[in-house]
Amino acid sequence: MSKPKFAMYWAAACGGCEIAVLNIDEKVLDLDANFEVAFWPAAMDVKYKDVEAMEDASILVTLFNGSIRTDENEHMARLLRRKSRILVAFGSCANEGCIPGLANLSSRESLFERVYQANATSPSTENPNNLRPQASSQVPEGTLTLPPLQAVIRTLDQVVEVDYHVPGCPPESRQIAAVLDALIAVVKGEAELPPKGAVLGAGNSTVCDECARKRDVKQIGKISRIQELPPLATDVCLLEQGLMCAGPATRSGCDSRCPNVGAPCIGCYGAAPGVLDQGARLMTAIASVVDANEPDAIDRVLDGIPDPAGSFYRFSLAHSLLRANRAALAEKP
Amino acid sequence: MSALDNTNTFEPVIIGFTCNWCSYRAADLAGTSRIKYPPNVRLIRVMCSGRIDPTFVLKALSDGADGVMIAGCHPGECHYLEQNYKALRRHRLLQKTLAQFGIEPARVRLTWASAAEGALFAQEIATMVDEVKQLGPLNWPARPVPVGSVPAEIPVLSEVGA
Ligand code: SF4
Ligand code: FES
Repeated sequence: MSKPKFAMYWAAACGGCEIAVLNIDEKVLDLDANFEVAFWPAAMDVKYKDVEAMEDASILVTLFNGSIRTDENEHMARLLRRKSRILVAFGSCANEGCIPGLANLSSRESLFERVYQANATSPSTENPNNLRPQASSQVPEGTLTLPPLQAVIRTLDQVVEVDYHVPGCPPESRQIAAVLDALIAVVKGEAELPPKGAVLGAGNSTVCDECARKRDVKQIGKISRIQELPPLATDVCLLEQGLMCAGPATRSGCDSRCPNVGAPCIGCYGAAPGVLDQGARLMTAIASVVDANEPDAIDRVLDGIPDPAGSFYRFSLAHSLLRANRAALAEKP
Repeated sequence: MSALDNTNTFEPVIIGFTCNWCSYRAADLAGTSRIKYPPNVRLIRVMCSGRIDPTFVLKALSDGADGVMIAGCHPGECHYLEQNYKALRRHRLLQKTLAQFGIEPARVRLTWASAAEGALFAQEIATMVDEVKQLGPLNWPARPVPVGSVPAEIPVLSEVGA
């Protein structure tokens, strides 16, 4: 009896999702016992052309992590969509753009400038000849090509249809294990597939809901960064202690790991259920607790957030209502 | 701009959120007093300006509006006590954020109008329409539509590979 096929792929991602899958320890043996791994660049050597040669819909499930930044990413998204019966947007990048998505606040040209310009603002740039990567370049051995960068980052579901979503940066290993268990139960005929579009491996509430810190004061007079504050109370809400915490707008499922150890939630599980735009919800929450009513006084408190778009949309910019800066969106794809 | 001047035919679409108790009544008064204001504003009545989530504004802008007006009772006069201060704070925070998206401040206007200020409300709308006309259309690009061949139906998995 041949086993159903499993694939995992990374597009514009950091590799953390792959590590998180390996962190399920011996559970990975269950994966191997129930599936044939058909394609997984981080774990085994299968070439793109091998995937292209596979029959359409012959892979049962593909975990796709990473967002769509280059033509290569898009090609692989389309290819794997065609080859997979179930395509899972796995991790924050694939679902909401994550940190790479923050590049959507800048035009492509300004990204290249920042990174490659000789006297660039980036302190680590040393490029006296102003060399830039080219989509195609000639060398004695022939032509070398690089996949062109697209104007903006897109999430997987902005490029192809997605069947399920597993959020998190990266998804918690215990949640990954639970998702795999559920899949294996389906393969064995012991369970049904969840409805298409379901969010798997996460909670149905907010991080605040899971967080044990006490909330009483509703007003904050100053927003600081964690290194600017004296040691914090261990049992009081971090937002009330003057830190920007994304808990009120973020989906639960991580067991509020960051606030538990004194670091504010940064929003990696994406928008909470029913929230259309994570950043907008966070703006609502933060503005509500600012203890000032006069425009100047309000601005003084809000000056504690030097990069509002980056703070409110740290993980979900590419999937937000606006998606990107206007100039970036206006560029040719 | 005269009716004969067709160099600028752009008519902005502006979504106006008005609170039930003051600003909507101001708009109503403008109507019953036959005060003219440009027809570019589509008013949406909510109970209080404190109900305006920045999500509403972003949704309007990303779905084709050229500008959004948020109107509430004057500070200190909100019928739910302090909610218009929340609207004020959200507006300031939203403006800071929108700047990073390349959206000009004049496209999202906050204004206060009591139920007696029909003329002022009409004037606010006229000013905003003028300012947005100067800026031109926003034309936020539509959200990308996913494509790709999806097997018509997800099969019963127990049959796969058996
Ligand atoms: S805002 Fe942050 S620290 Fe406060 S309850 Fe929510 S998750 Fe916990
Ligand atoms: S009722 Fe008018 S602003 Fe609250």
